[in-house]
Amino acid sequence: MLEFRKDLFAAERDDNLNIVGKGAQRQDMPGHVTGRSPFFDDHAFEGLLHLKVVRSPHHHARIRAIDTTAAERAPGVKRILRGADVPLNKNTLLSLINFGKDDEPTLAVSKVSYKGEPVVAIIAETEQQALAARALVRVDYDVLPHVFDVEEALKPGAPVVNETYPNNYFEYHDRYDHSKLRFGDVDRAFATADFIVDDRYQMSPIEHAPTETNGSIAAPEQNDRFVVHSCAQGLFFSLGTAAKILKLESNRLHFIGGTVGGGFGGKVDSLTEPLSILGAMMTGQPVRYVLDREEEMLYGSPRGAERIYIKDGILRDGRIVARRIRSYFDAGAYTRLSSYAAIKCTAHLPGPYTIPNVSADIYVAYTNRCPSTAMRGFGITAVDFALEVHMDKGAEACGMDPMEFRILNAYRDEDMKAHRRVAKNTALIECVQVVAEKAGWPLSDEARRQSSLTGGGGARALIPATPIDDNGRIGRPETRTGPATETLPAGAMRIPMTKQPIMEGSAEARPTPAAVPQYEPYRPTPASMPPAYQPMPAAPPPAMPPTAATAPPPAAAPAPAPAQPTQHGAVRFSSVFGTRRR
Amino acid sequence: MAKIPVQFRLNGSDRAAFVGPSDNLLTLLRRGLNDFGPKYGCGQGTCGTCTVLVDGDLQLSCLTLAATCEGKHVETVSGMAEGPVLHPLQQAFMDHFAAQCGFCTPGMLTAAKALLAANPNPTRAEVIDGISGNICRCTGYDAIIEAILAAARGGQAKRTY
Amino acid sequence: MPIEFRTASTFSDAAGLIAGDRTARLLSGGTLIMRDINEGRLTDGLILRLVDPAYRQINLSGRVELGAGVTMAAILKRRELAYLHAPAQAIGGPAVRNMASIGGNLFAESPYGDFTVALLALDAQVMVMQGFGAPRAVPLEEFLAGRARGGQGLVTAVQFAPPQNAADFRFRKVSRVRPKGLAVLSVAAHLPMSGGRVSGARVAFGAMAPVPMRAKAVERVLEGKALDAAAITAARAAAAEGIRPVTDAIASEWYRREVLPVHLARLLSGQD
Repeated sequence: MLEFRKDLFAAERDDNLNIVGKGAQRQDMPGHVTGRSPFFDDHAFEGLLHLKVVRSPHHHARIRAIDTTAAERAPGVKRILRGADVPLNKNTLLSLINFGKDDEPTLAVSKVSYKGEPVVAIIAETEQQALAARALVRVDYDVLPHVFDVEEALKPGAPVVNETYPNNYFEYHDRYDHSKLRFGDVDRAFATADFIVDDRYQMSPIEHAPTETNGSIAAPEQNDRFVVHSCAQGLFFSLGTAAKILKLESNRLHFIGGTVGGGFGGKVDSLTEPLSILGAMMTGQPVRYVLDREEEMLYGSPRGAERIYIKDGILRDGRIVARRIRSYFDAGAYTRLSSYAAIKCTAHLPGPYTIPNVSADIYVAYTNRCPSTAMRGFGITAVDFALEVHMDKGAEACGMDPMEFRILNAYRDEDMKAHRRVAKNTALIECVQVVAEKAGWPLSDEARRQSSLTGGGGARALIPATPIDDNGRIGRPETRTGPATETLPAGAMRIPMTKQPIMEGSAEARPTPAAVPQYEPYRPTPASMPPAYQPMPAAPPPAMPPTAATAPPPAAAPAPAPAQPTQHGAVRFSSVFGTRRR
Repeated sequence: MAKIPVQFRLNGSDRAAFVGPSDNLLTLLRRGLNDFGPKYGCGQGTCGTCTVLVDGDLQLSCLTLAATCEGKHVETVSGMAEGPVLHPLQQAFMDHFAAQCGFCTPGMLTAAKALLAANPNPTRAEVIDGISGNICRCTGYDAIIEAILAAARGGQAKRTY
Repeated sequence: MPIEFRTASTFSDAAGLIAGDRTARLLSGGTLIMRDINEGRLTDGLILRLVDPAYRQINLSGRVELGAGVTMAAILKRRELAYLHAPAQAIGGPAVRNMASIGGNLFAESPYGDFTVALLALDAQVMVMQGFGAPRAVPLEEFLAGRARGGQGLVTAVQFAPPQNAADFRFRKVSRVRPKGLAVLSVAAHLPMSGGRVSGARVAFGAMAPVPMRAKAVERVLEGKALDAAAITAARAAAAEGIRPVTDAIASEWYRREVLPVHLARLLSGQD
């Protein structure tokens, strides 16, 4: 039952709204209840052909030879597609926003990197004929050693999963093997803490299991175009991906979609569109490619598993003074959206709490598992689970009620977050208070009096001095732990990413910075009252005041940027993704 | 491949078609007769979105060999409404927001129709059993259960959420 | 050779066709064969439908005889078969129960086949026709042991003596999804009581081996005992003897081994 609590944040919402807070019938409901909503597969075509793919039975193997002669002669077979038929047989989804390198073939050519990877596509007059012909394709494999564990994959000598990223990690900013967050000095703060709480969290992959499996129908249309009925959650994302892989002008593709039989993130990968369009191009007939249920469950790309290590330093009075996180995203064999998931994760840390010293290293590791992708809050949900379990453990360590422990450490309006943005519209305190009330969980009067609107900012708005390091330089696993290389002064807002190009070639071949990076000073908003919340009687004075003028801060984006001359091609900048050459 | 002629009734109309010896009823309905009401969700009898009535009995069309439907009466969601007038279950599904993506809805409605035909006043537990062969990944089922109970009560109940 | 479809109108026609064609498979409810066709595992051979009315007949005079084509729904409609309602209800949702037959259930691979577990605890016999001869009675346990070999002929029916007292027959299926889900395991027990003591115990497990299995160690420790706490403790201890559960998408081998004694004890003590 939805309940509007107007006693909280009364000024936030106008009550006089036409739709919010009122019932409204959905436009698509009559179609749904009459069975007439047009899902991608609900379209009739004369001469419709059916496409099925041959998938790798191995986790990792070199392809020695592919023999399709028997399948070509099988009844009803119209065409067989191989990697060489795909105009641009290497792509990465986020290349459309210039992020990451093309690393995934549409049909594998020289090797397969996960069980279920598509190798050959068969197009036949009926599904049964395509299935029968599929059984006749002979692929000769040389099985290679595989790696399934994210940390094993990052060790020197691990099997190379993905030749585009030969060290089995995604490369951030062309510089680091992980995404970095540095705010304050966690090592110093740990030394002042009364309790250290340290733990490891391991997630499993999760399949979206939409009721409608992934699929598409492509057909030649007038004006030399192809009409594509697609299940894609991001229709134009899929159109752009297909246009790139097929080397077609995007105006030759007419995508129709929007009615999706459950997606939850599992329909952003364009798993079927490029091949069904290619099939229509090659046969001149409509081609339908739909995953069956087993393919959807096993090879339809899940939420990636994550391994997360969290270490908290806590004072006797319950304040968390430092939090260090190391996390590994299991991308599976190819990048898809894991590179983005890790950035979301980094930006989310340390969760909805004001912690004066935070450090995080977030890796994306390639393993011989099915590539993982988007799923409902990916990058956030798993780490939030780990953080909240860890909060309970922290409360236990310092003998505090877990609800009060959260209220004490919750962020408040005007606080500085670890990625150097000021917190606004925070509401964790109120949420915890309401949850406690609904659950009949007793809170102290003091905890009940707390508010997100007051007590934030001021000293809590300052950026501490921050040691930064060069750990995890690309191709140099021995640098994964190392001393700080310099300390950014307190108040340094962020290091502007270079607008200068980065040279092609190895990390070592890059030009060195010609100048010291420029730090933008942060101008705090007028200080409000520091938080007065004293949950525990007799708390010792904070050992590590977040305001310490001696303390230093850091960079949301890692790395001083090389400043350098010669520009090869346009360079784009995005505050989320950093630089990337085009 | 030898085609097999099949004649049967579909939502009250006589239909005839040629089917392959391994074609399932779902493929016949969708690809042979353009009735896109029943959906493909699994092909293995797990999800229920292809559910139809065959001679009044609930069946999974993906697990029914089309050639065995000779002389039978097949009913799908496409035949539920009378022209523009919705079946009470359809109206109840609308009123209770009992569909989100809409993909399981044809199977849910068909299962609900069979349930109410056999048991016009089901308990909540009987409704749950009645749709236990149908998977919905969006709604969490509650709205669907409420809609079916409301339809059984003559659509009197109002939304409670 | 692609798939061919034929209809047989009598048992002997069907048995003859099966004897003469190694690829022949009988289409009963369709829940197993159609899945294999849909997923591309079955791409050729003869699919045979049998329309002999006896195939779907239920005979309750004396020994119970259920035609192999009798569906779960048909069993649920018969009050006299109330002791089989729990296992029949455990097979899928309403649509599957309208289709799935007891004959097909004999061939369902683990973790499916829960109805067969119940039949095993009833000491059922499978009536098998080979060629044109009369059906021969094969003990279910023997039938299951030879199932993987194939080629047994046409299953026409199953027969068993009904429990004298319906309360002596118990069934429990454990799923992670309710009300319908695949079996973590299933247990059936027929425990006839004589003078307050178990006499002729039959206990069977599903999902504990490649085919449903008799729990002979459990039967032994219950035989001649009152069904009291001591007997149940002994049954728990004997539960794991001879089991070979697998790890699949539903449960791990470890988990199945751990929870089997718990559910067996609950079944024996009449707990929900």
